[in-house]
Amino acid sequence: MQILYFGRLREVFGRSEEFLPAPPAASVAGLLTVLRERGGVWADELAEGRAYRVAVDQEVVAEGAPIKADSEVAIFPPVTGG
Amino acid sequence: MDKVSVSVQAADFDLAEEYGRLAGDAAVGAIVQFVGRVRDHCDGNAIDKLTLEHYPGMTEKVLTEIGERALARWDLHSVRIVHRIGPLDLADQIVLVQVASAHREAAFEAAQAIMDFLKTEAPFWKQEATAGGGTRWVDARDKDDRAAQRWQKDPT
Repeated sequence: MQILYFGRLREVFGRSEEFLPAPPAASVAGLLTVLRERGGVWADELAEGRAYRVAVDQEVVAEGAPIKADSEVAIFPPVTGG
Repeated sequence: MDKVSVSVQAADFDLAEEYGRLAGDAAVGAIVQFVGRVRDHCDGNAIDKLTLEHYPGMTEKVLTEIGERALARWDLHSVRIVHRIGPLDLADQIVLVQVASAHREAAFEAAQAIMDFLKTEAPFWKQEATAGGGTRWVDARDKDDRAAQRWQKDPT
């Protein structure tokens, strides 16, 4: 799966995208667990209670949402346009 | 002109040209055009420049969906949303919401609702450069969430 990062999180994580293999029956919660296990800024920024959004295939979703092997996942801070 | 038209662009937009697209259409009795611009201060900090980042693809999709939601709720002729991206200077135009309808009430209300939805849903992120040379990502505001929530009530 492709993971995109935007805004402040793109800067803090030092990357705008990466590719990870999606395990069978993957979900947003599962992906967040994998990313938090990297420790450091990943554990800090993606800790429960921190303000960030996850989109799967360009739709903001809750943690229980499924992720397919070819999904486009995006993680970003609350939006500030307009 | 399509009922919902969306443009995400680095280039500036021309208000007179946007208005001109509706010239001669006698079904349109009311046009509201809202323009958001780069302000020189934010949370007490003096701002020098602003850079807008977005999520290509999702941005256009969300803006179109917001326009369609307004069309479903109010009796409108058309909705146009233009949002700029990239580096912007003070007083530059950032966003245009243009709503055309037969009567003013629908146009005023829909324009306000579209801006409230855009502020809380459209994937844009602002980074400010302060006069001292530092940069800072703008935080989302609770007041924008509250403003968007008022439209969740049934229309009266």
